[in-house]
Amino acid sequence: MTAVSKPKSFWATRILAVLAKEFVQLTRDRLTYAMILMIPVVQLLLFGYAINNEPRHLPTAVLVQDDSTFARSTLAALVNTQFFDITHEATSVGELDELLRKGEVQFALTIPGDFTRRVARGDKPQILLEADATDPSATGAAVSAASALPQYALTRDLVGGMAQRAPKPPPFEVVVHRRYNPENITSYNIVPGLLGIILSMTLVMMTALSVTRETERGTMESLLATPAQPIEVMIGKLAPYVMVGLMQTAVILVMAALLFQVPMEGGWIALGLGVLLFITGSLALGFLISTLARTQLQAMQMSFFYMLPSILLSGFMFPFRGMPEWAQALGTAIPVTHFLRVVRGALLKGEGLSTLWPSHAALGVFVCLVTAAAMMRYRRTLD
Amino acid sequence: MSATLPSTASADLVIDVQNLNKSFGDKRVVKDFSIQVPRGRITGFLGPNGSGKTTTLRMLCGLLTPDSGTGTCLGFDIVKQSDEIKLRVGYMTQKFSLYEDLSIEENLMFMARVHGLDRRQERVKEALERLGLYERRKQLAGKLSGGWKQRMALAASTLHEPQLLLLDEPTAGVDPKARRTFWDEIHALSAEGLTVLVSTHYMDEAERCHDIAYIAYGELIARGTAEDILKTVGLVTWEGEGPGVDRLSSEIGTLPGVETAAPFGTTLHVSGTDERALDAALAPYRRPPFKWERTAPTLEDAFIHLMGKSEDNFR
Ligand SMILES: Nc1ncnc2c1ncn2[C@@H]1O[C@H](COP(=O)(O)OP(=O)(O)OP(=O)(O)O)[C@@H](O)[C@H]1O
Ligand SMILES: [Mg+2]
Repeated sequence: MTAVSKPKSFWATRILAVLAKEFVQLTRDRLTYAMILMIPVVQLLLFGYAINNEPRHLPTAVLVQDDSTFARSTLAALVNTQFFDITHEATSVGELDELLRKGEVQFALTIPGDFTRRVARGDKPQILLEADATDPSATGAAVSAASALPQYALTRDLVGGMAQRAPKPPPFEVVVHRRYNPENITSYNIVPGLLGIILSMTLVMMTALSVTRETERGTMESLLATPAQPIEVMIGKLAPYVMVGLMQTAVILVMAALLFQVPMEGGWIALGLGVLLFITGSLALGFLISTLARTQLQAMQMSFFYMLPSILLSGFMFPFRGMPEWAQALGTAIPVTHFLRVVRGALLKGEGLSTLWPSHAALGVFVCLVTAAAMMRYRRTLD
Repeated sequence: MSATLPSTASADLVIDVQNLNKSFGDKRVVKDFSIQVPRGRITGFLGPNGSGKTTTLRMLCGLLTPDSGTGTCLGFDIVKQSDEIKLRVGYMTQKFSLYEDLSIEENLMFMARVHGLDRRQERVKEALERLGLYERRKQLAGKLSGGWKQRMALAASTLHEPQLLLLDEPTAGVDPKARRTFWDEIHALSAEGLTVLVSTHYMDEAERCHDIAYIAYGELIARGTAEDILKTVGLVTWEGEGPGVDRLSSEIGTLPGVETAAPFGTTLHVSGTDERALDAALAPYRRPPFKWERTAPTLEDAFIHLMGKSEDNFR
């Protein structure tokens, strides 16, 4: 018998065979190649800026019940932040409410009737800023600007007998009511979240085509006639895309840091492990899809079908805790949900494996389940 | 194992399958197919379109699972040991199935690696040179003409020095010179002990095979050497000559006792199995300017006869 006698003993070479082939095919396909790099850049710019760009000059309604210097100064300071444009002067609480409800204004500010008196007395009156937070990223920056008002708005007015109060605790408070969306997601949350969305979008879709493409082009017949085992084919096919995923991650993180000044608090090990698990999981899922779909078109449709809940139920679009229980249950089954927790936890809060491990474990379970399912579904014959 | 064969003979049977069946949906494509192929023989696999040749070849190399039936290929069970079979069989598909977006060399390298070969660079280079592909090695497979694709596919299926070659219409669309080279190559390989099962629609290729297996509607209906087949079919063939005789084919073809009447150039071949009925049918035409002569039936006559017969059985 010749050198080739044991089918299992050449697994490494066989994986290399598939891997090298996939890699060359990937580089031959210029369009895909361009897509791999352009998708993260374009998406991040589009999403990141569209969502993240702090909108200024937002329409604001005011209800001033105390016509005084202090009130006027406060309003002037508010306008000076450039975030607020006073477009309506309401005369009643009801009118103010209606303006906000109809979406005519983004903010409603109420200065109470006893404002001047209480500032003078030094018992810290409150002015109320109500924000329409349906689109939280629109209001985030404005709200923080408003919250800083008490520090300086009245410094020039508080002269004479009242001057000594100026350096002390601020003379009044701004109470912010975020209406319609209490868990306020800041733009910092969006960009790391996009990492999960972009990775699954490109990776699931690209690998979803990998097996169906071979079936459609007829090359499956040759591939199946070789001694390559299903798991070897899978590893060989997915490995080049792990590199692709890591490249995309690097691009996104660098852009997040440079363009959007997303804080990066550390937690690098947890983040790295999470990224690897998530990339593998997405690729395995794509592979599973490609064993289920009969045509490349079907594979695309199934990838889209997966993307919808990933965007809507993962906590990317809407706060996870705000969702009804059934949606939370669904969301828990989606890897993006766990990945977002890892990325936000590690990147924004600097948390490590000790607190984030449940999410890693969930991702690991997903990888194993999906790989097993893909192996079961991979047809070893043409039947 | 077939009971009719002594065990010493079966040891040297490269293909030995019994009663293979395969259906797609409710269409039975291969019916109780049994065949034995001894080592070192080149067996031509013939039959009309859709008769189940490709399906049978796929079952032999583990690409399709037979619905029923048993058998071995190179001594390995065709259902349970397809991994072993795949290591030792070279299969060339009917439709080109290598990677069009890889170059010739990359395709061969893939095959070399996936079979776990040693000396891969050398082997690939040798194969490229042997089939005259070396100058084109950097060309993308998808950009090659049909004939070159076939040559490359042959190189890919023989790279791992298989003991059995299953070739599915390997020379479809290949020019005569290249076909000659191709068959010389096949004969050289078989002289070294390689067994070949090759499907084809070309009569000259059928004649170059040691053995022939003829399949129609999924059933093996003739088996043996070309002479064996001609003998078992037992055709009587007359060749007619004279101006306009070739235009009589449709007229003569419908007469009782005539099974085929086919023009060959300016002559007409009329065949039938019943000598007397054939004579009676031809009697009105035995007059000048026509001249009639008994001739040896060709394989083609025999196959057309077999095709017609199995069609009758099928209905
Ligand atoms: N995957 C399949 N699904 C359904 N029907 C199939 C499939 N493969 C083959 N068939 C049918 O089985 C029959 C035999 O096909 P097969 O390809 O084996 O014929 P063949 O002898 O190779 O023909 P040809 O000379 O045209 O190549 C055909 O009627 C074909 O339509
Ligand atoms: Mg065929």
